[in-house]
Amino acid sequence: MDNEELVINDLKRIILNTSAKSGEGHVASAFSILDILWVLYKKIIKVNPLDPYWSERDIFILSKGHASLGLYAILAYKGFFSISELDKFCTLDSFLGGHPDCNKVPGVEASTGSLGHGLPFALGIAFSKKIQKKISDVYVILGDGECNEGTIWESALIASNHKLDNLKCIIDYNHSNDRALKLGDLKAKFMSFGWESYVIDGHNHEQIYQFLLKKSNGKPLAIIAETIKGKGIKQMESNPAWHHKSPNKEELEIMLNELL
Amino acid sequence: MRKQFVLTIERLISDDENLAILLGDIGVFGFRNVFQKYPERIYNIGICEQAMTSIAAGMAKEGLHPVMHSIAPFVIERCFEQLKIDVGFQKHPVNIVSVGASYDYAALGSTHHCPGDVALVKTINGINIIVPGSDKDFDLLFSDIYKGPTANYFRLTEKGHSLDFSVTFGKANLIKSGKKGIVIAIGPMLERVITACLNLDVSILYYTTLEPFDSAMLIKCFVNSKVAVVEPFYEGTMSYDIHSALKGHSINLLSIGVPRKFLSKYGVASEQDILCGLDTQSIKSKLEIFFGNEK
Repeated sequence: MDNEELVINDLKRIILNTSAKSGEGHVASAFSILDILWVLYKKIIKVNPLDPYWSERDIFILSKGHASLGLYAILAYKGFFSISELDKFCTLDSFLGGHPDCNKVPGVEASTGSLGHGLPFALGIAFSKKIQKKISDVYVILGDGECNEGTIWESALIASNHKLDNLKCIIDYNHSNDRALKLGDLKAKFMSFGWESYVIDGHNHEQIYQFLLKKSNGKPLAIIAETIKGKGIKQMESNPAWHHKSPNKEELEIMLNELL
Repeated sequence: MRKQFVLTIERLISDDENLAILLGDIGVFGFRNVFQKYPERIYNIGICEQAMTSIAAGMAKEGLHPVMHSIAPFVIERCFEQLKIDVGFQKHPVNIVSVGASYDYAALGSTHHCPGDVALVKTINGINIIVPGSDKDFDLLFSDIYKGPTANYFRLTEKGHSLDFSVTFGKANLIKSGKKGIVIAIGPMLERVITACLNLDVSILYYTTLEPFDSAMLIKCFVNSKVAVVEPFYEGTMSYDIHSALKGHSINLLSIGVPRKFLSKYGVASEQDILCGLDTQSIKSKLEIFFGNEK
């Protein structure tokens, strides 16, 4: 295991412990996007934990807000707040809830949870940066189930029509939504809406890095990240039973050991 | 009022580089001069009201002063959850400007009617609600608050009055004083209310800001326990605010507004007024029964 994997496994252990303690959280969804968040915050986006509202920062929006535990772990790791705050996750006075609240959590740019809001909101920010001639990028992670929402496709049309090449959308394609509506070839769909689009392995750090750096020449960028929901935990991987479930004591012990 | 909306924007946009307009494929021809002069700050987003709302919220987050515009049912009812979460909950100061009011588009049928908009927006904490009665009201109120820290909903109608009052955001105007009770005239209802009350010894209060509601003025003028409200949207919409303002008082409240049902006929707005009991004669009759018609 290299150093990055060790850190990510540490973060996964923190997420598991947080969920077990609180009895809350969408752990499998958090694990689905953790590698993407890691690369984004480690190598791609400009942010300053000491000045969360720094005017030249890039913007990241977790549109699939139920994966908040993944974002909280990364933000804490980056120093936006103490990791000990996760001990209070979902308690009455905690600022860390089941879905992220931008009016409470340093480093969170949008309050998400209801699906289909993050992309058009990110689009509005990207639009503003063009109008104001600011050079920063706007990143957003969507879930595949979220792509059922009409606002995603409204936004897809609008973003390409207005050539918002500062908008980078990553779709966490863990196929958990296949049981409802099969989305098929998402790359082709986004391309047909006028986006630059690529399919990557959403757990391969080098691929995530290389494709997020792609210049999209006047088009918004869609990265279709093939991921595994619950990545790294055998009984959780692609198992719908774990969508919104916290491990009990015995399950926690097994899972923590898996990550050693 | 729609023409005044365009004139007001044309005036403001030249001095405010953060003013940005988003149209839901409505009003595009009216704004042709703005499109020509400021193409980087006005966009026909298309018939995508839900996305348009979230886009406006994202723009407000970045410091722009976005104005989003379409017909009332599409810019309020269609995208209610976007208003709730991206505008209200996240506290982004978006300006929403609707046309069509309750049934300005009477001939187009129920899909284009929207007498429930104010009641809906009132459930969202953190959106001011402004119902101008005239072109002048709109110009004054919009110019005063559109850059403020709170989101605003401006409800425009084509049936405004031509009276000349100076209105202030958050304040009701006392039009006349009387001893038998209060009649609240909301926005475009003012002229009808004044005519209907010519022979009534009542106070008339003129409200153009409905959220926040000017409780102080209502309390100050409260006499004889009787309050009537003439509202150009669903009857009873303002009841909560009136009861809250007069908490502790025994009140007898009459709501005269649009009946709570789908309006299944067409015609023109003035015909719908008669069917809804919102024409001057119907209002007068109801008020005279409520207050007694002797002066």
